[in-house]
Amino acid sequence: MNQFPHHLLSIDDLGPDGIGEVLRVADSFVEVGHRANPKVPALRGRTVATLFFEDSTRTRVSFETAAKRLSADVLSFAVGSSSVKKGESLRDTVETIEAMGIDAIIIRHPSSGAPTRVAGWVTNLSVINAGDGWHEHPTQALLDLYTVRQALGGGDEGMDRFKSLQVVIVGDIRHSRVARSQVAAYAALGAEVTLVAPPTLLPPSIDGWPIAAVSHDIDNELPSADVVSLLRLQSERGSGEFVPSLREYTTRFGLNGRRAAMLKPETLILHPGPMVRGVEIASEVADLPAAHITGQVSNGVAVRMAVLFLMLGQSPVQGSSNV
Amino acid sequence: MSEPNRSDPTLIIRGGIVIDATGERRADVVVANGRIQEVGDGLVVPTGATVLDAGRCVVSPGLVDLHAHLREPGHEEAETIETGTRAASLGGYTAVVAMPNTNPPLDSADAVRNVVELARTATAQVAVAGAITVGRAGQRLAPMAELAALGVRLFTDDGAGVQSAGLMRRALEYARGLGATLAQHCEDGSLACDGAMHEGAWSSRLGIPGMPALAEEVMVARDIALARVTGSRIHFLHLSTAPSIELVRQAKAAGLPVTAEVAPHHFSLTDACAAGYDPVFKVNPPLRPQCDVDAVKAGLADGTVDAIATDHAPHAPEFKDLPFDLAPPGVLGLQTALSLAITELDLPLTRILALLSWQPAAIAGLDPSNRGGQGGPITPGAESNLCVIDPTATWTVDPMTLASRSRNTPYAGRTLTGRVRHTVFRGEPVVIDGEAQR
Repeated sequence: MNQFPHHLLSIDDLGPDGIGEVLRVADSFVEVGHRANPKVPALRGRTVATLFFEDSTRTRVSFETAAKRLSADVLSFAVGSSSVKKGESLRDTVETIEAMGIDAIIIRHPSSGAPTRVAGWVTNLSVINAGDGWHEHPTQALLDLYTVRQALGGGDEGMDRFKSLQVVIVGDIRHSRVARSQVAAYAALGAEVTLVAPPTLLPPSIDGWPIAAVSHDIDNELPSADVVSLLRLQSERGSGEFVPSLREYTTRFGLNGRRAAMLKPETLILHPGPMVRGVEIASEVADLPAAHITGQVSNGVAVRMAVLFLMLGQSPVQGSSNV
Repeated sequence: MSEPNRSDPTLIIRGGIVIDATGERRADVVVANGRIQEVGDGLVVPTGATVLDAGRCVVSPGLVDLHAHLREPGHEEAETIETGTRAASLGGYTAVVAMPNTNPPLDSADAVRNVVELARTATAQVAVAGAITVGRAGQRLAPMAELAALGVRLFTDDGAGVQSAGLMRRALEYARGLGATLAQHCEDGSLACDGAMHEGAWSSRLGIPGMPALAEEVMVARDIALARVTGSRIHFLHLSTAPSIELVRQAKAAGLPVTAEVAPHHFSLTDACAAGYDPVFKVNPPLRPQCDVDAVKAGLADGTVDAIATDHAPHAPEFKDLPFDLAPPGVLGLQTALSLAITELDLPLTRILALLSWQPAAIAGLDPSNRGGQGGPITPGAESNLCVIDPTATWTVDPMTLASRSRNTPYAGRTLTGRVRHTVFRGEPVVIDGEAQR
């Protein structure tokens, strides 16, 4: 096994080899998840802490479930994002956690780059980015890749099919950490990514982004897509002034039944959640077999187990017998 | 304001090249009672005089900073007038313009008097810039005439631009009647939003909200139009973009009464510095891409830009130990500006000193033509505000050894060329051989 990075701050920390490693190890943990007692002793004696400065249910619970299934001890620091303003310094909080002898900190923060700052302040513990501002959400992209690979046949065969896979990412890319991680992750595996959004919801510059195209017309992109990945319109990040109304956005970019009918039968529909039915995705589409939305959630635990195991586990996994 | 110093010894600065607005010559300089007594080659050392060696050095009028945040009153944890002017002296400055965004802001006679009083024992002249609007809130004019009566020559809401074009027009008209200059922090709030760095490829990749170059350009264009209509003087603070520099170039060609300054970080650093999310590189206006850096340098070279100003903005460490978007903008500048100009700019030293001393002195109204004692020329009878520079010496920036109370220099570890050897403020040698004397 190649040296797995000490911190996971962005998809670029992994590269194609690291991504492949995570997906392979996740296979073992999907199998563990199907057991009556879905727990292995791999991280017994290790302690991980979740430190969430933003409300999140699914990501925090997914990480905590992953850590517990690996027999790690889990500490959950639920911090309101206002704590910093009240005078509590992020640096002091993190240094206190490190002094407790914790092995890894899983951090979500509304500020882009906060996990990078934290990684610069700690000496030994590993930092895992569970979503920072508009920057990245690497484990979300990894579980998307896992879901796609599974649907494409799994294993090395599924992996090979990423090359020249047509991936269409639709929605508020400007404010989306998920999109930044997805673009890097799909591109690392050789997929061709097209971004679809009104110009106001694209980043101000896409110079240097490893994408194939940008489009403002979803109808043009759907027929050739192998994967359609929908993003939530981030109204809490002020998207309201970027489009005239949700209704107009839905009309132009929502994946409704008419548009779903333009897709190839084998095209996958992904959504990182939380999904807003009736805005970026119509209910009748969200419930189609092509929509792998709940699959994404269950794979999330296995992928996060893989990340934690690779970062904190003492020895490399030797097939499922070791776990 | 210029009171020659008490019982300072007679000084002789020996063996240097004197450079001022009148030219360059080999000369010793004798200083007594706060004034220059004699300037000439091979002068006799007066009895009991302190000798300051200037061998292989340049003797210049003291530098004048148009733009320093001394933080007192209100943020003494970051800087005080004492520590800020000590840093200024070490950087070769004998005068700094203190920005009014203190707490309380410098928008009233009492607030200005307080700073003047606090600065009485400082090691450099502190010229107060007054606020244009009450509380720098951009709503109504501050009592500019009351402040002008206390010696305030420059008014600015720096930290924010005056957003209302109508109010800015009134301010320019009113200031003309006082002989004062308005200095604008050019940032259109509706375009800048809550941007924390330059909007572009790096901000897009890093996911940091961007502040477009357009936010600066739009206000520069607006204020040039206002200057044309009102005929009032306007000074543009810390310009950072190619279009802004070009607008000023055209305005000057049209004969409008505009001046402009740039900050050293805008000709020496780019927005790529934000890649590690370290807010020591967060500043407003933000660091820009290389094309803007090149335009700033071109503006300095062709005379479009009149001054290099530090925008010295100390922040206590706990305010920079934050995620990028939560940290306040600002970098230290007083001790590195001259060296950065020498290191980064391909300009003769005479031009660099014009940009750092006599040109800003004139903009601030501190030069002899405004009955001030800053910016030279170095001639008998003039107030002795001088600095002695070794233009070839190199040194490495160590945040811990800077005189500022804060440590937020973006140049930690950088080796720079050009060093201040001595600084003389009103006859007192406040820096000798690179050491602050008090």
